[in-house]
Amino acid sequence: MAKYLLIESRDPFDSNDCAHFCLLAERLAAAGNDVTFFPVQNGVLPARSGAQSKLLADLAAAGVVVLADSFALAERGICTDKLIAGVAAAPLDIVVDQLAEGRKAIWH
Amino acid sequence: MAKTTLTFALMDPPYEDARSTTALRLVDIAARRGYNVNVFAYEGAVFLPFALQKPHANAVHGLDVEAEDHPQTREWVAALIKECERNGGRLDWLNCGLCVDERGAGDSIPGVRRGTPADLWKMAEESDNTLVIAAK
Repeated sequence: MAKYLLIESRDPFDSNDCAHFCLLAERLAAAGNDVTFFPVQNGVLPARSGAQSKLLADLAAAGVVVLADSFALAERGICTDKLIAGVAAAPLDIVVDQLAEGRKAIWH
Repeated sequence: MAKTTLTFALMDPPYEDARSTTALRLVDIAARRGYNVNVFAYEGAVFLPFALQKPHANAVHGLDVEAEDHPQTREWVAALIKECERNGGRLDWLNCGLCVDERGAGDSIPGVRRGTPADLWKMAEESDNTLVIAAK
């Protein structure tokens, strides 16, 4: 089992390929890998209940750990108690932790 | 125990995208931990440590240069170099020479060196991990 860190900086309302990146995470998890999906910048927008939230909800349901950058959430006025189920706020330090642990990391 | 070394490849120019800010936040976290950090800056990112950046006033808001306190990425890079040193690590910031020459971005702050794309491979080989933050 490999460990992956997928960092999503794009907004699914702006970039249709966000769905493909989520699908990659989902399939890596389905193959038995340990996957963290970390939205940053406008990538955190679907963490709030809305038209594109299903992307992240499906990931969580598939066993992907979904952690949204707390700084990006705060910048956009998204309170942590408004996050959809399966998504938690986390500091950017998580990315450095997982890079240091040697996870395979992909930025999108 | 060997010191952790992380490499970041950046390609966004300053003042254009949040990716630059996020990248420097990541470097800052690693610097505070005392990690060794490599940055391979290519394309527009070679302007992040550009020494000739100048702060400006904001006439619309009636602010002079001092009151506007416009951020300079060259100052952030300099601060990150110091932060690494302060915590026992080091920040090796390398600008791609091809990208520098194309853009006339040769005047960098002290501590920034010039290299080639092959240096990214060397940095990655010597690192515990590498994150490529590509432009959209």
